[in-house]
Amino acid sequence: MKAACWMGRNTVEVHEVPDPRILNARDAVVRITSTAICGSDLHLYDGYVPTMKKGDILGHEFMGEVVEVGPQVSTLKVGDRVVVPFPIACGNCGSCANGMYSVCENSNPNAGMAEKLMGHSPSGIFGYSHMLGGYPGGQAQYARVPFADVGPIKIEDDLPDEKVLFLSDILPTGWMGAEMCDIKPGDTIAVWGAGPVGQFAVASAYLMGAERVIAIDRFPYRLRKAAQAGAQTLDYEEVNVLEALREMTAGRGPDACIDAVGMEAHHPVAAVHAYDRTRQAARMETERPHALREAIMACRNGGTVSVVGVYGGLLDKFPMGALMNRSLTLKAGQCHVQRYTRPLLERIRNGDIDPSFVISHRMRLEDAPRGYEMFKNKQDECNKIVLSAV
Amino acid sequence: MSQERDRATDRLARMLGLVSMGLGVAQVAAPGAVSRLGGVDGSPRARALMPLAGARELLHAALLLGGRRPADRVWTRVAGDAMDLAALGRAVSGTQGDRRRRVMAATAVVLAVTALDVYTAARAARRRSRPGSPEVEQVARRGMNLHAAVTVNRPRREVYRRWRDVENLPGFMAHLESVSTTADGRSHWRARGPAGTAVTWNAKVVEDRPDELISWKSAGGVVGVTGSVRFADAPGGRGTEIHVDLSYRLPTGRAGLLLARLTGEHPEQQVRDDLRRFKQVMETGEVVRSEGSPEGTRALRQARQRPARPVPPVRSSVRASVRSAH
Repeated sequence: MKAACWMGRNTVEVHEVPDPRILNARDAVVRITSTAICGSDLHLYDGYVPTMKKGDILGHEFMGEVVEVGPQVSTLKVGDRVVVPFPIACGNCGSCANGMYSVCENSNPNAGMAEKLMGHSPSGIFGYSHMLGGYPGGQAQYARVPFADVGPIKIEDDLPDEKVLFLSDILPTGWMGAEMCDIKPGDTIAVWGAGPVGQFAVASAYLMGAERVIAIDRFPYRLRKAAQAGAQTLDYEEVNVLEALREMTAGRGPDACIDAVGMEAHHPVAAVHAYDRTRQAARMETERPHALREAIMACRNGGTVSVVGVYGGLLDKFPMGALMNRSLTLKAGQCHVQRYTRPLLERIRNGDIDPSFVISHRMRLEDAPRGYEMFKNKQDECNKIVLSAV
Repeated sequence: MSQERDRATDRLARMLGLVSMGLGVAQVAAPGAVSRLGGVDGSPRARALMPLAGARELLHAALLLGGRRPADRVWTRVAGDAMDLAALGRAVSGTQGDRRRRVMAATAVVLAVTALDVYTAARAARRRSRPGSPEVEQVARRGMNLHAAVTVNRPRREVYRRWRDVENLPGFMAHLESVSTTADGRSHWRARGPAGTAVTWNAKVVEDRPDELISWKSAGGVVGVTGSVRFADAPGGRGTEIHVDLSYRLPTGRAGLLLARLTGEHPEQQVRDDLRRFKQVMETGEVVRSEGSPEGTRALRQARQRPARPVPPVRSSVRASVRSAH
């Protein structure tokens, strides 16, 4: 089969690789119809996630048709159309039993590696480094899906791929970002990063009853998308975000702040950006956490900072004093996708949300290398790329 | 009292580390000045080697300032002193006049520092040989103790039963090839040793309290193992806590242990990984595999992963058993 492979920093190549096969009794093999490039794939592309290996198949947002099931899978049959959540979760451990699927205790065969960096191991993730399992990703024609009786959600009506594909990651991720804000009537929510996850966070926050959502980015086309979802927008290269937010909330600050940026944030002041960029390049910190720092500083006293942007390891100049002294709550997590797929599919069905609005480009799997380059450099107003594998 | 003395020894070692750092920085940053001070500025070779000597000093500094028990590493400085004194000895014979006086002065300083180094190293050696020190305990056991624990989200009775049937153990213990039991309650164990060798031993259960504890002891064979596994209810319905204690006596002794650590097969990590696989088997039905490490969790495999892409069918021994019809 063909697959998009990570071949080193800034290099993705489409290779011919062996077809996947069942390894565990609860596996299924899926023939992929649609797959997408995620903003978090850019952290791999840029070389900031440790334990990637040359030749790893990328991709954790995919859907398709079941072509083979292991002997222990009774919930799926060949021919079923499924969307696959990006965290791999067993459904049996204490974490899964509590709905914390992205910290499944059994799905990472390389848990020992993750423990060294993070203390304990989160779940395995498709196509997202060996520290998180060494699983091939879904930017390919086929993928093996472990614990196929837990993760994949069947799509039984004729909703097109484009409307349901994002149930695999970014729609639930944006949703969980808003859910962690515990939104109450009258709340103002500020969202750093108006990429697809930020755009979904804006839409989700409104569905949860937010009074007002403010999106912060520097790309006008992304801010326009967020505005379409109802947000007021701030271009951080034009305005001082902290001052603007203080002004917009009459001095209170946003009731909750969502970081939908993560480890490769950009800072409008060149010197500050250069400081973190240098430390990151020298591997003295793995993150450039400008957005997170600003979100903490901006949040109202007693408010919540919700982190769904991806971080890899260690960061520097973290405003712990603001967090502690101002009674802020910090919530974070890789999305527990399996928890949200059913209710969100219902909302797509009944028209509450049509996730396909984020798509800006459609390409063939073979064009993945060009897609990565475009997406990284924000060429041609690139917002979200969907790859067709058929 | 002796603890206070141990701390004093380490403080002394740290001070020597600072001396190394100061000298190292000077030698690297201003080799010319240090050469003049030591009277070796007449020799181009000495001046050329000065930054290298500085790098060595910085290594001493890193060793002494970076550890929890730095006194144990002071011998590295003693070795360095010997090198410095040898170099100065050569310089004495090759210089005259004012330069020679400077060489003599430098030698006197180095001799004084050497005395301090030797004194500290000797104190550290005494500390190591004192009864009760970790090193002495280690030698007394001629082996090692391992402890690992895991929480399994299954009832205690079920967990105990799975473990009690020792023939199940190779299913999740990476290094075991087979365990067979005989009618008299003894069992025969066979494990993969280093470099493709097989290690076998017999074991018998010493104590067996249903749903609570199993302990066993090896009888015969080169590997000496005593071990116990305790089962307890985890609080608040979280399943069962499993605590494993193992004492090993390896045929290879400490050298083997060191080698194992260097090659990534750290015994503690192995036991943890074994327990992780046991948890996978209990909770999900089997050992979880990924393409990067198709044989499941194993320390060595984690260090040397395959790329995350499907493995070609030729290596499909593991998969054949679970493969369903296409």
